[in-house]
Formats: sequence, C-alpha cells, structure tokens
Amino acid sequence: METLIALAIGTLTGCGVYLVLRAHTFPVVLGLTLLSYAVNLFLFSTGRLAIGQPPVISAGASYTDPLPQALVLTAIVIGFAMTAFVIMLALRARAELGNDHVDGRGDAL
Amino acid sequence: MNLLLAVLVPFIGAAWVAWASRRGRAAAAWNAGGVALLALLLLWPALTAGFAGQTTIERLAWIPAAGLDLAFRLDGLGLLFAAMILGIGGLVILYAYYYLSHQDSLGRLYAYLLLFMGAMLGVVLSENLIQLLVFWELTSLSSFLLIAYWRKREAARRGAKLALTITGAGGLALLAGFLLIGEIVGSYELSVVLASGDAIRADPLYLPALVLVLLGAFTKSAQFPFHFWLPHAMAAPTPVSAYLHSATMVKAGVFLLARLFPALSGTPEWNWLVGGTGLATLLLGAVVALFKHDLKGLLAYSTISHLGLVTALFGIGTPLAAVAGVFHIINHATFKAGLFMAAGIIDHECGTRDMRRINGLWKYMPHTAVLAMVAAAAMAGVPLFNGFLSKEMFFAEAVDAAGQLRFGIWLPAAVTFAGVFAVAYSLRFIHDVFFNGEPIDLPRTPHEPPRWMKVPVEILVAICLLVGILPALTVEPLLAVAAGAVLQGPLPEHDLALWHGLSPALWMSVIALVGGVLLYLGRKPLFRLHDRIEGRLDAREIYEHLLEGTLAFAHRATAAFDTGSLQRQATLIVVSALVLAGTGLLGAAAPLTGPRPLLPVDGVSLIAGLALVTATLAATFLHRRRFVALTLVGAVGLLVALVFIKFSAPDLALTQLSVEVVTVVLLLLALYFLPAETPAESRPSREEGAGGGRAANSRHWRDGILAIVAGAGAALLAWAVLTRPADTIAGWFLANSVSGGGGTNVVNVILVDFRGFDTFGEITVLAIAALGIFALLENLHLPAPRHDAHGRAWDADIHPLIMATFARLLLPLALLVSVFIFLRGHNLPGGGFIAGLITAIALIMQYLANGVTWTHARLPAHTHPWIATGLFIALATGLASWLFGRPFLTSAFGHPILPWLGELPLASAMAFDLGVYLVVVGATLLILINLGMAHQASHHDPTPKSLLRSDLPSRGEETLGAALRVSREDPH
Repeated sequence: METLIALAIGTLTGCGVYLVLRAHTFPVVLGLTLLSYAVNLFLFSTGRLAIGQPPVISAGASYTDPLPQALVLTAIVIGFAMTAFVIMLALRARAELGNDHVDGRGDAL
Repeated sequence: MNLLLAVLVPFIGAAWVAWASRRGRAAAAWNAGGVALLALLLLWPALTAGFAGQTTIERLAWIPAAGLDLAFRLDGLGLLFAAMILGIGGLVILYAYYYLSHQDSLGRLYAYLLLFMGAMLGVVLSENLIQLLVFWELTSLSSFLLIAYWRKREAARRGAKLALTITGAGGLALLAGFLLIGEIVGSYELSVVLASGDAIRADPLYLPALVLVLLGAFTKSAQFPFHFWLPHAMAAPTPVSAYLHSATMVKAGVFLLARLFPALSGTPEWNWLVGGTGLATLLLGAVVALFKHDLKGLLAYSTISHLGLVTALFGIGTPLAAVAGVFHIINHATFKAGLFMAAGIIDHECGTRDMRRINGLWKYMPHTAVLAMVAAAAMAGVPLFNGFLSKEMFFAEAVDAAGQLRFGIWLPAAVTFAGVFAVAYSLRFIHDVFFNGEPIDLPRTPHEPPRWMKVPVEILVAICLLVGILPALTVEPLLAVAAGAVLQGPLPEHDLALWHGLSPALWMSVIALVGGVLLYLGRKPLFRLHDRIEGRLDAREIYEHLLEGTLAFAHRATAAFDTGSLQRQATLIVVSALVLAGTGLLGAAAPLTGPRPLLPVDGVSLIAGLALVTATLAATFLHRRRFVALTLVGAVGLLVALVFIKFSAPDLALTQLSVEVVTVVLLLLALYFLPAETPAESRPSREEGAGGGRAANSRHWRDGILAIVAGAGAALLAWAVLTRPADTIAGWFLANSVSGGGGTNVVNVILVDFRGFDTFGEITVLAIAALGIFALLENLHLPAPRHDAHGRAWDADIHPLIMATFARLLLPLALLVSVFIFLRGHNLPGGGFIAGLITAIALIMQYLANGVTWTHARLPAHTHPWIATGLFIALATGLASWLFGRPFLTSAFGHPILPWLGELPLASAMAFDLGVYLVVVGATLLILINLGMAHQASHHDPTPKSLLRSDLPSRGEETLGAALRVSREDPH
C-alpha cells in the first residue's frame, strides 16, 4: 500500500512540475492543482497510513495521527483559494494583454 | 496597568484626534492636549513613586514561551524622560496650533505627534529590551511621518527618507546587539541586564554587542559619522523639530547610553568608542553650526554638537560624568526646544529663515528677542543660565579625564575649542537676527506673534533661568533620582552651584566666552574660507553614492536572475530545489527503506491507485486539450478523496470532495474565456525565429527530465517517510480532545480549539484571497466567445427545466445537510470548513441551474459582509476568553439538553467554527459569483434587449450554464 501511495505522490509531483513549466496559463493552473494534491497527500502521509482508525474518539478504538489531517484540511481550502487567485490572474492577464502566455507575450490569440 | 495604559493612550489618542479634528482646529488642539494630559495623569502615581526613588515595574505575559513579556518600568531615568516627553509635548501641541497655517491639516500633525509621543514613551518605559526595540522602531516610523509632514515638498520627503534609512538601519544593528546581550545574560529584562554588567563585560561577545548597540544609539542621536540626517530633517515643520530634535527623538540615543550605562560602561572600549565619537561630534557640530545661514540649520548642527557633548560625558564613564550627562540632557532639552520655537516664530513672522536677510528684528519683536536671547545664552553656556552649569561640569570632567591620559592636555583643549565655537554660533544667532542693521527684502513685515504662541517659549526660558540661578532648589531632586537610576548605585558627591572657585573649568569657560566673542568679531575671513571649501565633503553625497551603488547592484543581481520569464524562473526554482534536496538525500547515510511493516494491498485499492496514476499521466499528456485535461484533473481530485477515506481521514475526504466540486466549476467558468486548446509550443514564435522550434522541442525534453527527477524524488521521499515508524505528538491531542476541547472529532478540535489561532490566520488568508480576486475581476472585460472551438453556437436550451426545478428542490435539503454537518462537526466528521463548502455549492447550483438574473433577485450580490462577519465572530470568540482571564481562544464547553433536540454538545469553539463557516461560504461565493458576473458583463449582446427580455433569458444569463455544457458538444 505504501508503494502505491509513494507512486501516486511521485506521479502527481512529476506531472505537476511538468505542467507548471508550460508556457500558457491554463496548464500551469492545472499543474499547480496537481502539485497541491501531491503536497497534501505527502503531508497527510507523514501521519503514516492506517486503515479504519479515524481520529474520532470512541470506546476502546485506536486512532491515526490527527495532526497532519488538521494541517491538510486547511491546506486544501487554502489551495482552492490559491488556485482561484491564479486562474483569475490568468483571466485578468488575458484581458489586459490579449494572450494567455505566462509572460504575457507570444502569439496574440 | 497604568504604565501600559499611559503608553497606549497616545496611540489611541492619535486616531481619536485625527477624527476629532473634523470639528475644527481648536477641537483638534484641545483633544491632543487632553490626550497628553491623560497620559500624564495615568503616569502620575508611578511618577511620584519614582520621585521617591522607587522603581515601578509592570508585567503582562505576552509570549511567555519565548521569554517575552509586555513589561514596563518607571524609575528615575524613565521619570525624567517621561516628564520631558509629555511636558515638552504639551507645549509643542500648544505652539503648533499657532504655527501651522490654516491650509495644513492640524489633525494630521497632532495624530503623528501623538503616535510619536506614544512610541517615545514606550522606549523610555520599557523593561524588556525587545519591546524597547519595537517602540524604538516605532519612533523611527512616526518621525518619518512627521518629517515628511509637508509631503508635497521634495525636501521633506527626502529628509524623511534619509532619517528613516539611517535610524532604521541603526535599529537593526540595535536589535542584533540586544539579541547578543540576551544571549550573554539569558534574559531581556532590564533589571537583570543592568545587574549583570560584570558578566557582560567579561563575555567574549561584549565587543560585538557593544558596537551594535552603539550603532543604534549613534544613528539615532545623530553622532558622527551618522549625523547628516539631522540637518535634512529640518524640512519638518518647526514644532516637530522643536519636539524631535530637542527632547525626544535624538535623545533616544543618549537615553540608551544612559540606560545601559551600568551594563556596558567601564571598559576602555566603551571610553574610546563612546567618548571618541562624542568628542568628534561635539567639535564637528560646533564648527559647522557657525557657518549655517539657515536659522534651523544652525540649530540643527548645534543640536548635533550638544548631543556629542552628552555622548562624550557618558564616554568618560565616571559616575560624576554620567551625572553631568543627565544634567545636560535636561538643560539641552529646555533651551533647545525654546530656541527652535523662537526660530519658528521668526520664520513664521518673516517668511524666511535665511540669517543673511533676517536682521534687526529687535525693533519688530522685542519680546520674542528677549526670550530667544536667554535661550541662546543658555546654549552658549553663559553664567546664570542652565547651560553654563552642565557645561562647566563637562569641562571639569574633561580636565579630570585628561589626567588619566598620557599627553592628555589635548582633551581640555579640544573641549574648550568646541566651547569657543558654541559661544560664537550662539552670538551669531542673537546678533545676526536681532541686530546687525535692517532686515533685507523680507517676504513679510515681522511683528510679535499671537500672545499664546510665546507662552511655551516663556515657560521653557523660565526653566532655563530658574535652573541656572537656583540649581540646588529646582533641578537637584530630579537630577538626583534620574542620575541614581542611570548609575543603579550610590550617587557621587556633586555640587550644583554657580561658583566653584577658581577651578580650571572656570578658566575654560572664560576662555570659551572671550574666545567666542573674538571669533565672532573676526568671522568674515572664516566665512570666506568656508564658502570656498563648502560642498567639497558632504556626508550626504557619500551616503547617496552608497545608496545608489547598492540599488544598482541589487538591480543588476535581480536582472541576472529574473529575465521576466516565468518559465525560466520556475525552472530555476525546480532545479535548485532538486539540487538542494538531492545533495541532502545523497549525503544521508540512512537506508532508504525504514523498518515499519507495510500494509497489504487489496484489489480495490490497487485499481484506484492505478486509476489515479493513469488519470494524472493522461491529464499531463493531453494537457493541450484543456477541457479533457480539466476533466481528468477533476477525476484525480476525486480519487485523492478516496485515498483519504481509505486511510482514516473522513474529514479530509469530505473537504477534498467539496473543494473538488468548487474547483472544477471555477476552472470551467474560467476556461470559457480561454482558448479551448493550448497552441503547440514548438511552433516558432516571432522573436525566436526559425530556431524556435528546436528550442521548444528541447525545452519539452528538459522539462520532462526535470519532472521525472522531481517525481522520483518525491516518491522516494514519501517512501522513506512511510516506511519509518512515526514519532508523533498526536497522543496529547487524542488524550485532551474530549477533556480539553469538549469534542470527540480530534481533527475538528485541533482546528477550532488547540490550533485555533492558526485556523484564524488561515481563514484570514482565505478572506484576503477572495477580496483580491474581487479586485482582479473588477471591470474585467473579456471577449466572450460566441461559438465553441469548432464554430458551433452554444446550446439554446440554457436552463433545462428539469435541472432548474431539481436544483431549487434540492436547495433546502442541501442547506439542511450543511447545518447537520456543521453541528456534528465537533464530534463526528464535519465542521465549519466542510459545511461552508456544502452551503456554497448548494447556492452555486442555483446560479448554474437558474442563471444569474434569477438567482441575483433572490440572493445578495455581495458576500463581503459574510466574510467580515465570519472573521469578526472568530475574533470575538477568541477575545472573549480574555474576558474570563484565559489566553486567546481558550474554549469552554457544555452539553445542555434541549427539548426535542436532546443533548446538544455545545462548545464556545462552535462559535469560532461558525466564523469559519461564514468566511468559507462568503469567500467561495464571492469568487464564483463574481466570475459569473464577469461572464454577464463581458457578453456583448447582438440582439436588441427589448426583443429578448420578455420570453427569452438574456444572452448574459445563459453563459454560466453554457460554459458548463461545452462537454456535450465537445467531441473529445
């Protein structure tokens, strides 16, 4: 199971990095989204993997680490805010500059 | 609490006065004076105690874990400075009322002045060194505002910037010095630091600490070679100069010398550094002052000189010299404030400050002339005026210190030389301005100023005289407590009297007086000489060269890295991350795989995992077909949510699921305005020319390799973490969740209780992001495509009846679910974040299904108030715990049993969670609705509206839904 998660994190990171390095805004935003999945999964996995042990107190149960979960929960929401901000920036740049190149130059659309 | 309040009152008062000034100038002045008086009243008990020799210390826990307390201290030295700050501050407030013209905003000046007053009080009343530094920097900032008060004037802005740069840089050095002292002593408390002088002096870090602290003090007190900011600060209105450059701002540096005297003095390093700098400044200031034609320029250099005198006294380092230093601080504050005010009156009445034009004012304003002459005589050190007493003590100390030095005779000689110049420039101030013929070409005809404008000067001049004639009766008690606090020990024998017999100091005074008069009489050739060499060596030019050099270097360095290309920047970041992480990982000797037993893989997980990997790869390879890529990314997000479910994180799964929905909707809406396909990067663009294709191709390869390395690195890192046993602090949270936070859902309890402060920060970020997006979208006009990428028109059936109906039916249910999720959040998976997202989705559904117009009629257009309310509730919940004497955001809880509902787990944290909920709903809706509005605004309607209004929805309305239905027609 650990292999699978490590593989998933690796793929998400690699693909995220590749997309972030693209020259047009929309793929970059998608890349950032993938990267934030990767980071969230990685942070989450620092609490190690546990099946069927949610950190909700009940009699006699064992629990997984709640702290990374709390961190990731807010990270997901902030990640959304960041994605939203970047995509709006991209729209604004498109409106002001007439293209969707990340540096605002290149072929007019 | 009184000390804390007294320091806070001017800060609050600043805002209050700025507001009150709308009721007129008089209201502003009365209120500002009232604020100063209130601060004085609050300090009164501590002041009287300080006068009796007691030290008042107040302490409030601030960051106890870091050893930081909000601690205030009032002893003799604090008493003296607080009295000067508030006393002269009060006089300046009265004076400024008459000085400032009716076009200038008096309220703004008072607000800045009070800010400065509070900062200065904070400096002199701080018990904690770090806290002292915070106030120290506040004085730099508020003095910047004051100096730049006439912000339309170039000179004012430059002077303010210069002062801020120099004193700000000194503040940084001071911080480093304080940190070193804290390291040596193990505490930032002044009481401890002052008692550990021997330990500090014996420490190897003593010299660096001393130099850094002195840099702070010297920059603030305009000591050579940092003196040049002060003359340029004369661009400030004169009341500001009278306040900042007599009693307060520049005195902060010598205050620090006095404050840390027991801790740092008593070594040769101290004597030479402090004494040498003081002496150099004394001489330089005295000589330059004589040649300044600007009235305030003369006073500025004289201030520099007198500050050098005080510094030199502390540098001599004997207890008696320290007493003299404190005495001169008092005397200089009184006569220099008076002189600045007099200069302001002259400027005010003549319209110029040029002493070559201002002559013979005696005839026009004899009253002011008398006042100015008394103050100038005190500045010169004429007997019967207060300046004489401390100056004679200084001479005596110089003679004493010379006895300790080989060839020490130069010291009294240099000091007397400075004294000669002091007499000469004081004489010039009197003779040039009030006598010396007739005024030349003045813009206005001078006459006496308003009666009350002279009152502050009269008070100060009276003090000069009283202290000068009857020192033992007037100033001695204050001097005794202040000097006692400086020395932190017994006071040396000293005798404040006019006549000490025919001592060497007396002869030096006589030489200074006679020499000064002679020098002034023979000034003409000196002035010619000065005119010839003036401007050859200007410290400010050196400073500006340095500044320009630094800026040019920064520009070049930035330009070398930042070519304006995001791709290049991102590549640099990725490469450097890889290099750094790679060296770290390769250098580590530990094995890659840890000993933790692995979990077995089951079939479903395997399929889901492979699906995640496949979808990610597919999204990347198909990224040029944007709609497909977005759909795939959405699928990846859902699969990530599945991962969270599988591995015991129900809260995360719920959050991820709802965020995913919102993100995809948002990106779809945005995609409507962007090209549906990414153009191939390999196509040569205009700049790149024919070689562009190959360059772009190699870029694909390079990025691909970077991506693979990064992915492999992340996978290995994750593997290394996952296979190692966890060493976690989770036990504490699990054990205290129910007893401390009153909830069984530990994740939620951490969010709203244990780490509530973090969450508060996070929702603030969310709110800021939403507002930023709102600003970005304002007046956004994007060309809305009328067709999709294949040239087909949008679907005409924009709001299918079935979808619209069901969305409306679902709304109450969805809201009910979100309330349920919210309420149970403290004990079971759920909470404010998730409930907020669900509510937002439910409302956005209405926009999608029913269109903007329909929904707008039923929902508020702006959700800013929701965000504000949410933040306010969260903050208020946190602050409420202060009311019960508990730290910020301590929660209380109970389990009331309500009729019908049964037991309700109610924690104060729930109110906090409500704040979170409102912020999340408000921010999410703000973002999405405004993008939806951009659709409406951008859409150019080709058909006359009147034809459409009645039966068909307008074109703008359809776009939201239409954007989402691109898929139906998209063949991909």
